[in-house]
Amino acid sequence: MSSTAIISLVFLIIGLLFNLFGCIGLIRLPDVYNRLQSATKCVTLGTCSILLSLIFYFGFNDTGVKALIAIPLLFFSATVAAHALVRGSYFFGIKMGEGSVKDDYKEQADIEEQKHQDHEVS
Amino acid sequence: MRYIAHFIVLFGFWLLLTLDLSANNLIVGAVSALLVSAYFGRFFMRGYRKVFHPHRYFWFIVYLFIFIWECVKANFDVAYRVLHPAMPIKPGIVKVRLELKTNIARTLLANSITMTPGTITVDIIDDFIYIHWIYVSSTDPEVYGKKVSGRFEKYLKLIFE
Amino acid sequence: MNTFLHVILYAQILLCFFCLYRVVRGPTIPDRMVGIDIFGILVVGICAILTIMTGRTFIIDIGIAWIILSFIGTLTLAKYLSKKKLNE
Repeated sequence: MSSTAIISLVFLIIGLLFNLFGCIGLIRLPDVYNRLQSATKCVTLGTCSILLSLIFYFGFNDTGVKALIAIPLLFFSATVAAHALVRGSYFFGIKMGEGSVKDDYKEQADIEEQKHQDHEVS
Repeated sequence: MRYIAHFIVLFGFWLLLTLDLSANNLIVGAVSALLVSAYFGRFFMRGYRKVFHPHRYFWFIVYLFIFIWECVKANFDVAYRVLHPAMPIKPGIVKVRLELKTNIARTLLANSITMTPGTITVDIIDDFIYIHWIYVSSTDPEVYGKKVSGRFEKYLKLIFE
Repeated sequence: MNTFLHVILYAQILLCFFCLYRVVRGPTIPDRMVGIDIFGILVVGICAILTIMTGRTFIIDIGIAWIILSFIGTLTLAKYLSKKKLNE
């Protein structure tokens, strides 16, 4: 087993651990917003780590560069998707779970909703 | 000029994706990049002059390292909250004033906030950014504004404005 | 090396079942969508591990395409959640 293979194996195991934390969060946490927080952060970084191990394993040839391109692509797509899901589930009417302290978004969301309904009627 | 900058970006991406310097590959890449930049070039690269400033790239690399450090810290934070038997969470949505003006800087700031410890962006309306926070540690707008976006905002200002 | 890779691959597939649990059990519709989104990201990890295991380099291309498709799918679902039409 060469040294690059060992480095890539270490990155694979780190990525797997982060994925595991994210998925445990997905099961344990109480409401949609918190689940999305833990899952998006941990699973994105874990998958980035797995792709990084690919670069170490193959070196700087076409496969390694493709993995390197996939990292920023995954980062942007995962964060934008999480943002869209949070916003969508807020408008869908999911309440913040128990123990929430503060909600500054409510008034603004009501205004948007009203605007949307006016648009629908006219 | 805008079209040329767009063409260079597209052609560089093609070369990176295929990593092959034979004549066939170069011709196919150049023709497709030319077609795409001729049609879609008017939508992108509004401030193309900023591409040629070297100090912006320096600050971008500094920002990248800070961002990776924050990202790793975020993951250990989430792991602590998830594995703790009592789950210390206190969620809420807070509202923070933005100082950045350009669209791309705002997008990057929103993405960075999503990846940092315990915060996720919900929406940007006018000059305010709405953030879902998993553990609201204080109710004072000044304090949490600095805590959430202060680290990135000064570097993004140096990069994009 | 190969044994380790098998173990990691099976562990990743097990994590996919965690997501499916959330999809099946989720009390509300957005919960199920979060499960589907995370499932899409985990499949990219499976593609990367398979690339190392089999040595066939075209599988990472499938991974890149999967990122984009899963992104578009999630955006469409989120649009449905916010009760708007698709062309808005």
